[in-house]
Amino acid sequence: MLAVKLAFKNLIGAGLRTWLTAAVLSFAFVVTVFYNGLLDGWNLQARNDTQAWEIGGGQFWHPQYDRFDPFSLQDAHAGLSLEVQRLVEQKKLAPLLITQATAYSGGRMINVLLKGIDADQRILRLPTSCFKTDSVEIPAFIGRRMAAAMGLKPGDALLVRWRDQHGVFDAREVTIVQIFTANVPSIDNGQIWLALDRLQDMTGLHNQATLLVAATDHQTPIELSGWIFRPPSFLLKEFEEIIRSKKVGSSIIYGLLLAIALLAIFDTQVLSIFRRRREIGTYMAMGMTRSQVIGLFTLEGGAHSILALLLALVYGFPLLRWLALHGIGLPEVADAVGMTMGEKLIPVYSAGMVLFAVALVVVSTTLVSYLPARRIAGLKPTEALRGKVQ
Amino acid sequence: MENKQIIDINNLVKRFPIGDGYFTALQGITLRFVAGEFAGLVGPSGSGKTTLLNLIGSLDSPSEGSVVVLGHEVSRLSHRESAALRNYHIGFIFQTYNLLPVFSVYDNVEFPLLLQKRDAVGRRKAVMEALDWVGLSHKAQSRPAQLSGGECQRVSIARAMVKRPELVLADEPSANLDAKNSHHIIQTMKRLNRELGTTFLFATHDEKVMGYLDRIISLDDGRVARDERPLCVNEAQSDSTAEENGHARRQARI
Repeated sequence: MLAVKLAFKNLIGAGLRTWLTAAVLSFAFVVTVFYNGLLDGWNLQARNDTQAWEIGGGQFWHPQYDRFDPFSLQDAHAGLSLEVQRLVEQKKLAPLLITQATAYSGGRMINVLLKGIDADQRILRLPTSCFKTDSVEIPAFIGRRMAAAMGLKPGDALLVRWRDQHGVFDAREVTIVQIFTANVPSIDNGQIWLALDRLQDMTGLHNQATLLVAATDHQTPIELSGWIFRPPSFLLKEFEEIIRSKKVGSSIIYGLLLAIALLAIFDTQVLSIFRRRREIGTYMAMGMTRSQVIGLFTLEGGAHSILALLLALVYGFPLLRWLALHGIGLPEVADAVGMTMGEKLIPVYSAGMVLFAVALVVVSTTLVSYLPARRIAGLKPTEALRGKVQ
Repeated sequence: MENKQIIDINNLVKRFPIGDGYFTALQGITLRFVAGEFAGLVGPSGSGKTTLLNLIGSLDSPSEGSVVVLGHEVSRLSHRESAALRNYHIGFIFQTYNLLPVFSVYDNVEFPLLLQKRDAVGRRKAVMEALDWVGLSHKAQSRPAQLSGGECQRVSIARAMVKRPELVLADEPSANLDAKNSHHIIQTMKRLNRELGTTFLFATHDEKVMGYLDRIISLDDGRVARDERPLCVNEAQSDSTAEENGHARRQARI
C-alpha cells in the first residue's frame, strides 16, 4: 500500500511528463483493442455469413473434389445412397452438383460454374425457392457481383454451354429469375445456380452430387460412406489464416505505438534513478531493503499503465463502444477484394482480447520499468545518500 | 537504560578504493557509547565523521575491526538485517533533510511506521505525538516545499523519532540553518534526549551544536584525536549557557 501510494504520488507529482507518457500508452492500448476487435469482428461476421450462405455445419466432399482445381469437377460426383437421401429429406443435408460451363453474355464468353441445389433445401440462405416456377424452362439465380459483371438483371436469358457425363457439349438458355445479395463472394463470382434436378438432367448425372452441405445443427453421422467430411474449421482455414496474417500486420502499428510509450517510460525510469539517488539512499536509511526500493521504482513505472488504462477508459471506451454499435462503413470497391466482407465492419471486443491487451500493456510497462530499476541493487546506500553517480 | 552499551567500536579501519590504491578514511577507531548519550563527532571536512556515522548506521561495513550496534555486528548483517536494524532501532537526520517532496509532513513522518507495518490507529497517534514534540502539528498537511529550512529539519527529527529508536544519527543537522534555527533544532533534540532517553550521535563541525553536546569526540585525519566530556553541559543547563559555551570554545580557538 505504501509503495502504491508513493508511486502514484511521485507519478502525479511528475506532472505533464507522466500524462504524456500515459496518453501515448493509452493510445497504444485503444489501438490494440480496436485493431484486434475489428479483425475479430470481421472474422466472426465472415464465419457467420460463410456458414449461412455456403458451408452450413460443414460439407461432405466427394473424394476427388478439390475446390481449388476446376478440372477435378469432371470426376468428382457420386450417387446419393438411401441413407443420404433420407437425410436430405429430413433437411439435414443439401446436395450440390457442380459442373464447369461457359456462359455467353453480351457477345462475351465467360467461364462459369453451374451449381445445382435442391429447391427445397433450408440449410443455406440461398433463394432456392425461386426455382419453383413454371413460367420459365430453366430458372437460375445469380449473385449481385456476377450480375454486375455480366450486365444481367432478373428476366434476362443467358446462353450456357456445358459438357454432359459423356463429355458431349450441350447448350441451353437459362433465365435469371432472381439476383441475391450476399457478403460471400465465393458463392457469387462466376457462378450460376440452378435447381439440382434440372442440372442433373442437363448433365445426365441423375441422383448425383459433388458435395453435401450439412445443417448447422446437424445430427448426421460424421462418417458417410464414400464422402469425406470437411468441418467449418477446415473450410474457413484459409480465411482465418488471412485474418491471422492481418493481425500480425496490424500488430506492427500498435507495437510501434507501444514501443514509443515504453521507450518514454524506460527513459523516465533511467532519469528517475539518476536524479533521485538521494531519495533512494533515504529509503534505505529508513529501513527499506534494496528489493523493496526496486519494487517501488518498478511499481512507479508500471503505474503508468494503470493511468493509461484509466485514460483509455475515459476516451477509448465511448469511442470503441460507438464503433461497435455503428460499425465502420466500407467503400463499394471493398467488394472487389474477393473476401467475405460485409457492408460494414462491426468490431467485436471479446473479454479475452481486452484482457490480453491489458496484460500486454501492464506486463510490458512493468518489464521496462524493472530493467533500469535493477541498477538500484548495485547502489551503495552511502553513495546514494550523497547523490553520487556510480 | 543509562549504562546499557549501545555502540561498541573496536580497532575500526575503513578504506575506500581510489584508482589502483586505497584511501584510508578511518584508522584504529575504538569507541563505546552508552544509552542516553548526546554525543558528537567533530572535526574538519574529510576527517571521517560521516564515514563513521554511516558505519554505525549499518549503511556501510568496516574494512577491518568491528562495529557492534545494539548487539549486532554490522559487518555480519545481511542487507535485509541491516535494513531491519535501521528500520526499528536507528533514526537518521540529514543535513539536507531528505524529505519526500511529494508527501505531506504527516506522510513523511508516517513513512517509517508504514515500513514497520504498524496499524493505522497506532501510526496516527505516534505521528501526531512526534509532530507535537517538534511543534509542527499545525503543519501536518503542508508539503516540504511550503516549509522553511528549520521546519523541514524539525520534520526530519520527527521522522527519525516517530518510531522511538534507541539511536539517532544526525549528520550535520544544522549546517543548512541559520543560528536561530540551529539552536532551536538542537534544543529540540536535546529535550527529546532528556525526555525519551534516546541516544543522539552527531557528525558536526558547527560550534553552536558543540555547545550542547555531553561528549565531544574529535576526529582528525581518520583517527580519534580527543574524546572529552565538557563539564558545564548538563540536563539542567540553560540554552543561553550552551550558546555561551559554544562562544567560549570559539574564543578559545582564536
